[in-house]
Amino acid sequence: MIGLLVILACWLAGNLLSGLIGGYVSGNILGMLLLFMLLKLRFVKAETVRPTAKFLLGAMALFFVPYGVGLMESYTVILDNLWAIVLAAVVSSIIVLLVTGHAFQFLAKLRRHD
Amino acid sequence: MISTLNQLVTTDLALLTITIALFVAGGALHRRTHFMLLHPVLLTFVAMIIILQLAKIPYARYMEATKMLDFALGMSVVSLGYLLYEQSEKLGRNLLPILCSTLAGCVAGVLSVVWIAALLGADRVILNSIAPKSVTVPIAITISGPLGGIVSITSVVVFCVGIFGAIFGPRILALGRVRTPEAIGFALGAASHGIGTSRAVELGAVQGAMSGLAMALMGVATALLTPLLEQYLY
Repeated sequence: MIGLLVILACWLAGNLLSGLIGGYVSGNILGMLLLFMLLKLRFVKAETVRPTAKFLLGAMALFFVPYGVGLMESYTVILDNLWAIVLAAVVSSIIVLLVTGHAFQFLAKLRRHD
Repeated sequence: MISTLNQLVTTDLALLTITIALFVAGGALHRRTHFMLLHPVLLTFVAMIIILQLAKIPYARYMEATKMLDFALGMSVVSLGYLLYEQSEKLGRNLLPILCSTLAGCVAGVLSVVWIAALLGADRVILNSIAPKSVTVPIAITISGPLGGIVSITSVVVFCVGIFGAIFGPRILALGRVRTPEAIGFALGAASHGIGTSRAVELGAVQGAMSGLAMALMGVATALLTPLLEQYLY
């Protein structure tokens, strides 16, 4: 139960911070970073949040089902832009794969040499 | 009789129960067939849409009935902080390569998807919906929503990107001469989030670990940078 409290408190604090910076980054993302920092600085023990976090992370895919179902209203927008979306997503995914793969491979090799 | 049944189906409890039942059934089907395109979540999207159409329940009513899931989604985004912590313990000696590759992948990913789609005539709402297409769905929704994107488009596109990367990613990396197991895992997680990570885990323990780390870092970097990129670069 303390795990749940920590997660909700981080979210609440995140929302507060988000309001202070004019909503530039949303509250739950800031809450995520807060939780990360609390764990990193050992203000909160990993064991305290682990059970709650594991449960929430395991069921995450279920939680966004209602958004996907929103397709029943937005599918016409997708169909109108189908080629732009499909081509952009495919080409960009290939770019991300190659850019991150090569950047990592190159920088790791550089590091081994010195 | 029919009308009482109809009334029962439209209650919050019934709609929630049906959603979870479909999700569980989709998972079971996926485990049996092991066919990527039959991803349990995609199956649940489609099956739920069909049920709502047949029962003539408007989407707004469904959204209202499943508010609880949306709240849980908010909590699960916060709990990604735990995942980030777990993954960050693996950073170790590779800190600099990891952070630089994440940054490069994040900027290249957001700008390329947005610029290509804009070139092909997509408007701003579409651009903002697909800008965070490489990160895990809950974070992607949290990014695209406030920017004025359509979150249902975000969730579906992000999903399909994950499936694309999981199926073709290893072959694309081999053709592109990305050879070290660390780099392969890292690229899969960066380009196709959780779904790519489950593929990376199949390739090996090193690939899986690097992939999980890349997914977590890409999520954070994209959440922090997309609003900036949106304002200045597209």
